[in-house]
Amino acid sequence: MQKLLNWVDERFPLTASYKAHLSEYYAPKNFNFWYFFGSLALLVLVIQIVSGIFLTMHYKPDADLAFASVEYIMRDVEYGWLIRYIHSTGASMFFVVVYLHMFRGLIYGSYRQPRELIWIFGVIIYLVLMGEAFMGYLLPWGQMSYWGAQVIINLFAAVPFIGEDLSIWIRGDYVIGDATLNRFFAFHVIALPLVLLGLVAAHLVALHEVGSNNPDGVEIKKLKGEDGHPLDGIPFHPYYTVKDILGVVVFLMVFAAIVFFAPEMGGYFLEYNNFVPADSLKTPEHIAPVWYFTPYYAILRAVPPILGSQFPGVALMGVAVLIFFALPWLDKSPVKSVRYRGPKFKIALTLFVISFIGLGVLGILPATELYTWIARVLSVVYFAFFLLMPWYTRNDTYKPVPERVTDK
Amino acid sequence: MSEMSVESVDPGKRRFLVTMSSAVGGIAVLGAAIPFVVSMTPSARARAAGAPVEVDLSKIEPGMQLAVEWRGKPVWVVNRTPEMLELLKKNEDSLIDPASDNSAQQPDYCKNPTRAINPRYLVVVGICTHLGCSPSYRPELAPADLGANWTGGWFCPCHGSRFDLAARVYSGSPAPTNLVIPPHKYLSETKVLIGEDQTA
Amino acid sequence: MKKLFFLLLAVPGMAIAAGAGVPLDRAPINPHNQESLQRGASVFVNYCLSCHSASYMRYSRMEDIGLTEAQIKDNLLFATEKPGETMTIAMRADEAKVWFGATPPDLSVITRSRGSDWLYTYLRGFYRDDTRPLGWNNRVFDKVGMPHVMQDLQGHMVPVMRAETDAEGRPHEVIDRLELVKPGKLTLAEYDALVGDLVNYMTWMGEPAKTQRMNIGLAVLLFLGVFYVIAFYLKKEFWKDVH
Repeated sequence: MQKLLNWVDERFPLTASYKAHLSEYYAPKNFNFWYFFGSLALLVLVIQIVSGIFLTMHYKPDADLAFASVEYIMRDVEYGWLIRYIHSTGASMFFVVVYLHMFRGLIYGSYRQPRELIWIFGVIIYLVLMGEAFMGYLLPWGQMSYWGAQVIINLFAAVPFIGEDLSIWIRGDYVIGDATLNRFFAFHVIALPLVLLGLVAAHLVALHEVGSNNPDGVEIKKLKGEDGHPLDGIPFHPYYTVKDILGVVVFLMVFAAIVFFAPEMGGYFLEYNNFVPADSLKTPEHIAPVWYFTPYYAILRAVPPILGSQFPGVALMGVAVLIFFALPWLDKSPVKSVRYRGPKFKIALTLFVISFIGLGVLGILPATELYTWIARVLSVVYFAFFLLMPWYTRNDTYKPVPERVTDK
Repeated sequence: MSEMSVESVDPGKRRFLVTMSSAVGGIAVLGAAIPFVVSMTPSARARAAGAPVEVDLSKIEPGMQLAVEWRGKPVWVVNRTPEMLELLKKNEDSLIDPASDNSAQQPDYCKNPTRAINPRYLVVVGICTHLGCSPSYRPELAPADLGANWTGGWFCPCHGSRFDLAARVYSGSPAPTNLVIPPHKYLSETKVLIGEDQTA
Repeated sequence: MKKLFFLLLAVPGMAIAAGAGVPLDRAPINPHNQESLQRGASVFVNYCLSCHSASYMRYSRMEDIGLTEAQIKDNLLFATEKPGETMTIAMRADEAKVWFGATPPDLSVITRSRGSDWLYTYLRGFYRDDTRPLGWNNRVFDKVGMPHVMQDLQGHMVPVMRAETDAEGRPHEVIDRLELVKPGKLTLAEYDALVGDLVNYMTWMGEPAKTQRMNIGLAVLLFLGVFYVIAFYLKKEFWKDVH
């Protein structure tokens, strides 16, 4: 065995990679609850790829056959229902995990120098994931698939001058049809997953280059012991592998509970109207995007048309997502972690979370006048969190950051 | 790292827990693999399409062949006349497997000189055991192209394999074995169900 | 920080309010009552399958609700059909559209889009309305194109109106309840039970794997529970090292 290992090591850095990324990758010892979501996101990615491959074996990307092929999977394919529910639940859980993972970055300043690139790769992953989810949602070819895609693609039509041609180019037709379904299938099953895998690799390489942040926002590499390892660091393997196994088991319990007992999740994970085949002549009474898009959808609806153009709303929705890129440079605070920040940041963060969740709820509800006004206020709060950040982080009061991590 | 101590470590307990977790984790992975592996077996649709086929024998004239489809394969049902059955005995010396000893080529209840449950009706999968062509039915005696010794049977146009009217292959043909008799059973005197074994 | 976390967890479980104001009756759904499912299947085949298809549902799947292949063949199938076939119909969609004003929808997953309670209320909500082309209207689906196909069983109902004022204070009339004017072959209670069986069957048909799903789910959760205990002690054991 050792001989074989030596043979491989002379040709491939197997042992060296194992050491660099697991047994001798030193992670801060004070990771808390919030640090589960990175590895869980990786787990969900694997779940989605595996279940997706098996769905592809039975699914038909054809407007005449797509809806029926999904029901074929649900009924005729052995355990097809399970694989499909795993995939549909996985889609929503991916966003649950990614949102919590992003929130972790937000509260502990994981986007700050020297981790800006990790953050940027992460935001690109988030963007690609949105595209992946959006295109995947068209594939069951139900009413919500169809009209959801209709609404989103029409957003592109709002772009000045080229909008109309752009939306036709995206659809490959004058309406959403077979051509659209076919290309979305291609993007969903191969193009975007490849991009995602590459980005995840880059995200991890960048992370392992600079090392993980921690709830105290202390750089553990600054203080090293006689053995040359960080004083506050512990090898990822076995300590964080065993801890992550525990996290994975708990996560899988939640996941299984949804898959087996509430796959529709009250209409949030699988919308009721999506059990009606797509009909280009009949719009459902109430169209709401899947829950993970609703905060942005609410921002879109909150902006009134200006000079008869929907474009400002569309643009603002885009900016709402893209603004995450700027975060490392908007934050001027001398500390990373929320633990040592002052009241101004904490208030801003709380308001931001309220606005994000509030917009998410409003995006599901029908747009009445009252709701639209609330959405406007919350949109302002959402953007204020970012745009005012240079100001309130400069003028906040800060607690002294300890030399070493604290056990908390 | 320096702050780590090894004072209270019980290596036995640690090994036990690692073994247990690996075992349970292994079971989890295997269990999770089951639905994915099973999902690749024939679906209910494929099974329905491959369901047994009923054939009404009364519609086949003596000496004629009826072709039906079962699991996407041609299955022939031939109404053999007494003369045809008589001629079968003549061929035995020139066949590769006259007694149907190769048990993969027919169910046990058809391991007999006529390769049939009821000698009159031969039920056979019409795919040449050589390379999978479908042979043509040539019931006539001694036609010009097949020679004076031809007593009726099938001739494969692809590579010239010859079979007699019990679908047994002649020596010298490229096909190595007799044609396959599918599982079948009689529902009544004139009704046969192809695709389901006759139970004793 | 903890507070924020709980805030994040409390993603509201808001349900979207059902559009029309008619309160729905609760359908007596019991996937374990095989007799009810079988009775429902026979009602479905006799009354629904002439105009509606259930083209994703194979007859043979009814073995899951306790019917044998022979029973399916003898009681539910036409002579030319095979148990492995799906519940398709001969009526053409374009012709149906001319007759009813709309193509009767496929019913395979109707309970998953409409909900069992809606269907239960709908099938008991037909009333005579001479202003409609076929003489029938429905409490929960106003101006529906479908006639009351089970009128011989339920009989004829007519609405009893009640005065109400809307949000702006304008008085208008709404249907208070339905009243039987011409009895059918069944009493109203018997008819409710029959529709209950039918909806029970259609709910099962919407997702035939549901019972299996829940059984497997229980086993999976139990297994993960055991795994949790082991993983917990494994983590605890290794983390003894970390101070």
